[in-house]
Amino acid sequence: MPQFALVIDLNVCVGCHACAVNCKEWNTQASFGPLSDYDPYGREPQGVWFNRVLTYETGEFPHTQVFHLPKSCLHCQDAPCVPVCPTGASYKREQDGIVLVNYDDCIGCKLCSWNCPYGCREFDEIDKVMKKCTLCIDRIYDETLPPEHRKPACVLTCPAKARFFGDIEDPQSEAYRAIKERNAFVLLPGAETRPANHYLPKRETRIDLSEFEDRLLRSDNPLFAEILRRSRGSGVFGDTSEEVM
Amino acid sequence: MEIGGSFYEKKFYSTCYMCACRCGIEVYTRNGKVTYIKGNDAHPLNRGVLCAKGSSGIMKEYSPARLRKPLLRTGPRGSGQFREIEWEEALEIAVKWIEEALRKNPATVAFFTGRDQMQAINGWFAQQLGTVNWAAHGGFCSVNVAAAGLLSTGYSFWEFGDPDFENTKYLMMIGVAEDHSSNPFKLGIQELKRRGGKLVFVNPVRWSYGAVADEWVPIKPGTDGAFILSLMHVLLKFDLIDWEFLKERTNAPYLVVQAPGSPQDGLFYRSDEGKPLVFDRKSDSFKPADRIVPENLDPAFTGEFETPEGFRVRPAFDIFAQRLVRDYSPERVEKITGIPARDIERIAKEMGVIALYDPLELPIPWTDVWGRRHRTTKGRPVSFHIMRGVASHTNGFHTARAVFLLKMLLGCVDTPGGHLAKPPYPKHIEDLPRPAKIRSLDELEAGKPLGGPHLGIPQNPDDLLVDAQGRPLRIDRAYSWEFPLAAHGCIQNVIPCAYRKDPYPLEVLIIYMANMAWNSSQEIPFILEALTARDPAGNYVIPRIITIDAFYSEQVAYSDLVLPDATYLEQWFALSLLDRPPSVAQGPVDALRQPVIDPKSEGLDVRPWGDVMVELGTRLKLPGFLNEDGTRKFRDFKDFLINWQPRPGVGALAGWRGRDGSSHFVGEPNPNQLEMYVRNRGFFHYRLPEHMRFNRHVNRDYLEWAKSVGFVKRTDPIIMNFYLEQLQTFRLAGLGLWQGENQPPNDPILRDRLVRFMDPLPFWYPPFEEELSGDEYPLYAFTVRPQWMYHSWDSQNAWLRQISTRNYLYMNPKTAERLGIKHLDWVWVESRVGKVKCQVYLTEATEPNSVWTWNAIGKMSGTWGLKPDAEEGREAFLLNHVIPHSLKTGTREFLYGDPVTGHLAWFDTKVKVYRAEDQSPRTEPAYAVEPLPYIRERWTGVLRYKP
Repeated sequence: MPQFALVIDLNVCVGCHACAVNCKEWNTQASFGPLSDYDPYGREPQGVWFNRVLTYETGEFPHTQVFHLPKSCLHCQDAPCVPVCPTGASYKREQDGIVLVNYDDCIGCKLCSWNCPYGCREFDEIDKVMKKCTLCIDRIYDETLPPEHRKPACVLTCPAKARFFGDIEDPQSEAYRAIKERNAFVLLPGAETRPANHYLPKRETRIDLSEFEDRLLRSDNPLFAEILRRSRGSGVFGDTSEEVM
Repeated sequence: MEIGGSFYEKKFYSTCYMCACRCGIEVYTRNGKVTYIKGNDAHPLNRGVLCAKGSSGIMKEYSPARLRKPLLRTGPRGSGQFREIEWEEALEIAVKWIEEALRKNPATVAFFTGRDQMQAINGWFAQQLGTVNWAAHGGFCSVNVAAAGLLSTGYSFWEFGDPDFENTKYLMMIGVAEDHSSNPFKLGIQELKRRGGKLVFVNPVRWSYGAVADEWVPIKPGTDGAFILSLMHVLLKFDLIDWEFLKERTNAPYLVVQAPGSPQDGLFYRSDEGKPLVFDRKSDSFKPADRIVPENLDPAFTGEFETPEGFRVRPAFDIFAQRLVRDYSPERVEKITGIPARDIERIAKEMGVIALYDPLELPIPWTDVWGRRHRTTKGRPVSFHIMRGVASHTNGFHTARAVFLLKMLLGCVDTPGGHLAKPPYPKHIEDLPRPAKIRSLDELEAGKPLGGPHLGIPQNPDDLLVDAQGRPLRIDRAYSWEFPLAAHGCIQNVIPCAYRKDPYPLEVLIIYMANMAWNSSQEIPFILEALTARDPAGNYVIPRIITIDAFYSEQVAYSDLVLPDATYLEQWFALSLLDRPPSVAQGPVDALRQPVIDPKSEGLDVRPWGDVMVELGTRLKLPGFLNEDGTRKFRDFKDFLINWQPRPGVGALAGWRGRDGSSHFVGEPNPNQLEMYVRNRGFFHYRLPEHMRFNRHVNRDYLEWAKSVGFVKRTDPIIMNFYLEQLQTFRLAGLGLWQGENQPPNDPILRDRLVRFMDPLPFWYPPFEEELSGDEYPLYAFTVRPQWMYHSWDSQNAWLRQISTRNYLYMNPKTAERLGIKHLDWVWVESRVGKVKCQVYLTEATEPNSVWTWNAIGKMSGTWGLKPDAEEGREAFLLNHVIPHSLKTGTREFLYGDPVTGHLAWFDTKVKVYRAEDQSPRTEPAYAVEPLPYIRERWTGVLRYKP
């Protein structure tokens, strides 16, 4: 069965929030909007966002690592938010695996958000319904859009090209290949939710200088030696020549 | 819920202005409102992507902070008391004030244009006013890097040069603040990383791009210069140097006269025809440097020679090599920078072997200016990106210079995989514009345009703007003996100088899009005093302040007359090749903005500054705005963009010129030019053929083409300045040995400063603040802005402020422990000029000698359309309160800048931090102004944006 999902490459994500803001921008005006913002110019501005970026720091200085985790509904294959919904408003589509909320049937009881281990549901206090990432279902099937634009807004806008969209069950898809080739992981694998969204880990490039060993044995570079000799011989540089290495 | 279906009625191509990058955007509208902004797929700069700032443009358009009509101050400055007036009255007042001042002397009108993206046009407008006092924001932003780059390699960074992301294997970012630049760099970094290239991040803080760096070099602020010079020490030691590049492309082998006490000392040894000479080891004789390639000379890089005239001469390289060997061993530099010597050595070796021995050869044949045909294009896949951490120190110019010399040693200047120039750059260094020369303010008169550009690069002391006594002629002291190479002017000095009436008083200060009353000035208590000080008669010391801005900023609150601007979605505008263009390395790009939204439909009686400029210029009868018969020349700014020609055939936009749009770059104005841009998705991009994309300093076909379109004046090779002979002329002046017209005042401190800092070769010295602040203020303090607000003009943005409404003082936990400070404690940050109260946030991603925060999140309460209880005005803080605006050398006061360029040294600040006795969560000092009444009415409890 097809399962649409996002695969997010943490090796290139710089935590710029482009995905989150473009998601907000698209979705507030589109089929699943508006996304309410409370007290937007006051003390505690807060609103409904389908996508948020978390930032973490690990390790002690100077071995510190910083990484960013963009997080939206993971469209779990065993979505825990679906069976708890008393009205059937929260559902998982068979044809593409996208988890959606039918606003007309949602009674705002929040059981689904209590049952989501990832905190990826967003209650709209004004509409009194639960909202969440739709994988831009209103873009990906919209035939009035040019084919290259039929992707989630976050994927199209990501300046680091850190987001892949596709069917993770389809071996031909970019998303599938990225998962297989790059050792992808999911959030809270023990929660048995089988999240559809995957993350690609960081990898660090190191340069092996031993490959160039023959080039680097020349610390007795005659030119360097000449300058060193003249510096010492001239007396111009006095006592500092002691420190020359 | 309906899924799919068209979400818009109209689609416009335009250019973003949420930060400085100038990315192409597609703006979609429905019911006359913006529904969605997307990156323009076709635009070469951002290729369809768009960052958080660009994606939040809608909330800028509909911000409650927007001004709706011209304002005339009724209460005291800073009270927020204004009367709304009609445009006619506003224009009459502005014309009267400016006219009166111009009659006294045009220099009493100063026009400073902060975040200006129409500098070429605003500068031209200021030329028409006849004043010497115009500049944009470069004085606190970029001038150290720009001046060092232009003088060294004929181009610099950012809009003028980028890493060759397609090919580079090793990218070192030094002092790069958050995401500057935004989309182009994010696209580039992922390309590098996916290819398995290495990103090295030299920065006291590991945030932003540091998160994906393969190596973090947590350097002490202000010591980058020592680090770079030490890398060069290692390259020399291991002979990892591109000698051929140095020999053919730079002046490194040129011979320098060693004759202390003589006017020739430190200048090049020249032939009778004035040609610099080298010592050819093959023939054992002196030869003109321009024969190096034609005669395949073997110029000496080291040694000392005696000339027939009896001069001792040494190759420039020899002088520098001796300095590298003597002063910059990794062991010594470890003590300065905190970076272990073994890491410095390893990093230098990595760079060296990748540049020289990791083959990159593109199958692109090209021909050099000497007529040699090259079968392939050889690469040097090491690249750099540098920014404020390099620039914003009192040693910033020489640190930037060191980076350019490092690029030369590695040969990675405009070669594949290296750092590429973006057309119209590179330029011949000697041909760079010089500031329009005057010797006295008496030469200025109303109705007489200034004789040339305000800004440029002085090549020797006679290009300075000083009077016969050596006093500054510009209000900001740019191009004075204090700041000789102030290539972008010194906007940061205007208010302090106008307040002190030194060098002279101003009548009218006009500020466009710069928040000089707040986050773009330093030592804010002093700045607010300057803006509100009155003379004994009760008049303001700075008599008239006119501000052009779209939002209710702190600067607006301290102004007398406010001309409300339109937003970037409401006006015609050109991102011009004459300015800082959106070019890419593969070819020049320029672009337009077009009106998408009519502000009237939002109830706003605002006008784009361009239209207002045309109106003011015409009413003031400035020559450039009138036809020969004295009639009006330009209808409005759109008409101006089409028909303005600073040089015959050259205009604001380069594409589709000629009556019918058939010629590019040079041609008559085309009445339909802007429509042609609209049809071409908002931009013009000339893609250079492959053989003209690299080695452009000596690429025959490129230079011939560049000359044909007016980018360069000649086709000689652009020889890079390893040695900056120009600086030596200023040093000679300091020694009393310059034989030109301008002589420095007989002020030993100023003269010593010239001798010490106008060094033709880069060196590292501690930032001046080290000595001034001493041990009492042990920590370095600096600011950046977060990626989602960097360079954006509106942290009041309803969506962006949900990401951050406040800043903290970020600090390493070990430093905090030593000071008895805990996470989230409220502390005082105190420098030698003042203190500010703020809250601490501990992070292991900051080196222990540094504390830092985000700039411009802290607002003056009541401004920017925010409610008075918003965190921006209470918990957030402005570090600028404690950044000095001046410094003392001996008994003499200088403004707070680099001694070569005047670049504001805002990262020099040193502080002590201690726990506040009063832990109440509120920043101090606290400032507030009254919000405008109509802004209060716009505050909504809930925002539900869906047009």
